Amino acid sequence: MSPDEDHQPSGARPSLFLERQSYRRRRLTDAARLLPFLGAALLALPLLWPGGQDTQDGVPLSSAIFYIFTCWAAMIVASLIFGIAARRMVARDDSEAESDRWQR
Amino acid sequence: MATLNVLILVCLGYVVLLFGVAFAADRIAAAGRGAWLRSPLIYTLSLSIYCTAWTFYGAVGNAARSGLEFVTIYLGPTLVMISWWWGLRKLVRVGRSQRVTSIADLISSRYGKSNTLAICVTILAVLGGTPYIALQLQSITLSFSIFAEADPSGFYREGSSVFWVAAGLAVFAILFGTRNLDANERHHGVVTAIALESVVKLFALLAVGIFVVWGIAGGVAPMMDRIDASEIGQWNVNAGRWTTLIFLSAAAFICLPRMFQVMVVENADEGHLRTAAWAFPLYLLLISLFVVPIAVVGLDLMPEGSNPDLFVLTVPLSQGNDWLAMLSFIGGFSSATSMVIVTAMALSTMVSNHLVMPIWLSTQEGSGSVSGDVRNVVLMARRVSIAVIMALGFFYYRLSGGGAALTSIGLVAFAGISQILPALVGGLFWRGATRTGALVGLTVGFLLWIYTLLLPGMGGALMPDSVLQNGPFGWGWLRPQALFGIEGMDPMVHTVMWSLSLNTVAFCVASLLSFPSPLERLQGAQFVNVFDHSVALRGWTGSVAQSEDLMIMTQRILGAGPAQEFFQAEAEQQGGRSSLPEPTPAFLERLERELSGSVGAATAHAMIGQIVGGSSVSVEDLLAVADESAQMLEYSSQLEVKSAELSRTARQLREANTKLTQISEQKDSFLSQVSHELRTPMTSIRAFSEIMRDTDGLSSEEQTRYAAIIHDEALRLTRLLDDLLDLSVLESGRVSLNMGGDTLRSVLDRAVSSALAGTSQTLTVRRSKASERIPLRTDLDRLGQVFINLISNAQKYCDADDPVLTISAHDVGGQVVIDFADNGSGIPPEARSMVFEKFARVGVDKAGGAGLGLAICREIMQRLGGEISYLPGQGGGAFRVRLPLAYQQAAQ
Repeated sequence: MSPDEDHQPSGARPSLFLERQSYRRRRLTDAARLLPFLGAALLALPLLWPGGQDTQDGVPLSSAIFYIFTCWAAMIVASLIFGIAARRMVARDDSEAESDRWQR
Repeated sequence: MATLNVLILVCLGYVVLLFGVAFAADRIAAAGRGAWLRSPLIYTLSLSIYCTAWTFYGAVGNAARSGLEFVTIYLGPTLVMISWWWGLRKLVRVGRSQRVTSIADLISSRYGKSNTLAICVTILAVLGGTPYIALQLQSITLSFSIFAEADPSGFYREGSSVFWVAAGLAVFAILFGTRNLDANERHHGVVTAIALESVVKLFALLAVGIFVVWGIAGGVAPMMDRIDASEIGQWNVNAGRWTTLIFLSAAAFICLPRMFQVMVVENADEGHLRTAAWAFPLYLLLISLFVVPIAVVGLDLMPEGSNPDLFVLTVPLSQGNDWLAMLSFIGGFSSATSMVIVTAMALSTMVSNHLVMPIWLSTQEGSGSVSGDVRNVVLMARRVSIAVIMALGFFYYRLSGGGAALTSIGLVAFAGISQILPALVGGLFWRGATRTGALVGLTVGFLLWIYTLLLPGMGGALMPDSVLQNGPFGWGWLRPQALFGIEGMDPMVHTVMWSLSLNTVAFCVASLLSFPSPLERLQGAQFVNVFDHSVALRGWTGSVAQSEDLMIMTQRILGAGPAQEFFQAEAEQQGGRSSLPEPTPAFLERLERELSGSVGAATAHAMIGQIVGGSSVSVEDLLAVADESAQMLEYSSQLEVKSAELSRTARQLREANTKLTQISEQKDSFLSQVSHELRTPMTSIRAFSEIMRDTDGLSSEEQTRYAAIIHDEALRLTRLLDDLLDLSVLESGRVSLNMGGDTLRSVLDRAVSSALAGTSQTLTVRRSKASERIPLRTDLDRLGQVFINLISNAQKYCDADDPVLTISAHDVGGQVVIDFADNGSGIPPEARSMVFEKFARVGVDKAGGAGLGLAICREIMQRLGGEISYLPGQGGGAFRVRLPLAYQQAAQ
């Protein structure tokens, strides 16, 4: 448990903020939205590498392949995780009781 | 060694297999089984229509020429897919809620169902698709030629083979794509066949890759060493091309008609996007995985000058692995056919819906429900347009000489179709985007694309070299590949940069400057805020008689069975006993959607409009209705005013009538009074004159008395008649005023003395003589007459024991006001309004005059420019006489 979870409001007062669960869901959506920007930044990174046919200190193609395909795979995995999380969110919307259990 | 004949047989067999799969899938879907047909997996696999023969052959060729640059074509779509939450989700939702059938339909729908825009997008898509089709033709022809070279008994000729490939693909696409006219443009069979083809091409490419890495190079590590040692062994990518191509492929991925078809139109469930968001990038990654190894090995093994585009085919062949080569060939064939089928389907839908049907409808004006079978027209239009599109591809191939690398052709197509992007993205996210903006932007981008990329790419036939070198008419700043004198750019980067940026600028500026029609604004709101309200806003009204016509038309478009089912379901839903539903707006809206699946939104709208007699409620109509109702509202408020006026007049009339009745009653009572008044003196005059005539010996004293009585009575008669005469003179306005000057005090003095003279009744008159020193200039006799009348009235009618009349005079606001107030009981309220009428007398018992006095007073005062009124609240009877000061001033 993270420390801030200890500060649960004790009273039955309605909270000023979103429920933890809704809050988490929104942040997850934010992360999913930010992912393409991260991906674009990662894919733009090779542009900074030294290039040119004649230079000896150029990046070997095998390293470039390794880097790009790793980034690519990472994006796919991240997208897969978000997809699964989103599906769980949708499923949880259907059964409120389950979500409560999960929360505690 | 596989001969050409075997190859052709394999191709035909493969096509038959595809037909079988499509047919079976359609059957399963029609039977309502086969939920897997609409699974996320099939959806994802159908998306891989993105990977065409360009990918299958061209990616390796591209890698052999420019290293890792090929990967940009797959990174762009990957970025689009993982950002589905931003854009694709909205695109799919809009597409589903608006029932769009193509990207042209979507753009047209967004910008107020403008068919002009739809036609523009259609033409752009057809022209942009042409190089792409040519690319498929080229790749199949090349792959055939590889086998032909190896086949000594071959009768292969390139020119004719291209033609036959094009013809064969056209027939194939026609058979596949236009077998039936689905209500919602979803083709389960085609999608399933495409999914199968995706598996085939992935499998083939992976097989070749695995053969190359493990069969030839001997594992991953040696392969990596070999890559680094090869001529493309260093990271050497043009930064401009790298970013431009990633962006361009992302844009094209959204805008390509075939991608739109599988991604939006064929989408059965929005949730599939969630799976495709990671599964499709994975597919792309797998497709790309072995591209560089195949290219490197091909560069190593194949002789100098061999076409790197065909390494996928030639490397296995050179190693004697015929079966792998055959598999690879099928993979390439598969990529090409799937692309051609879907592209032809998408483009022919656009052409038939936006070009042919509007023209056909306009020639059939007013007879939409009677003339020929629309289904056949639509299908025929689609078949012909597929043939035309294939022919265009064929000619592009012939014109471009078939020599260009596959990648460059593909990129030309990408750059063309991406011109839709500003209008599409703007339409989805910016409510201010207008039809004019979209048209201007599209036109600018389209023309720039043709001028800077398409024409130069097609060689000298269409654009002379002089233009390319020196610009048109020698204007150097208009050189197609160095606009505005900026040289040294890669032609592709140059075109994409200029066309898309100027397209966007033109789109934004024209949108900002133009004003959208109401329908555009509605549609704009619906598109941009699609998640807030996914309900379409269209209205129809119609009468029952039109249901039959609608039924006939729907049968022609959807086919008899589905149409009847649809109408039956609607009728049941409406709860009617008839088999035809009432043409309620809701029903018409659903019918329009159903039809728009087959013939496009604008056409469906127009067809229903024709039958329902143009009584569609367009926004213009709504505005007109609003205008009319505003007019009616105004009219009714005018009516209200008039009716209020009328009722006011009626009330006045009623009052006048009451008054008239009262007056007439007064007149009656006056007549009897007058006759009575006349009769009484007459009677005594007659009686006394008879006594004097008939009785002899009357003493002179008696005679004198009788004569005096007769005289008195005659005087009374004369007075009465004088009064009547006086009144009639006053009323007729023929009175002449005898103006004179005196003070109010002396007028009052005379009036009081003459009124009180010769009467037995005592009336005390109280005056404040100091305030009566007001000089007057008026008809003094007449004014005196009024005063006398008022004083004698008080004398007659004051019922107090000790009657007192108070006369007070003031100078109020330029008027002389003289009040005559007694201490009697006054005039009862109900009689107050009548006292100034002729013949009015308060109470019949106190007979004294004919009731003409006050009426005469009023007439006199009016002649003198003043007025006389009853003054209530003085504790007794009180009258107020006003004289204007003008008369007084005139006296000074």
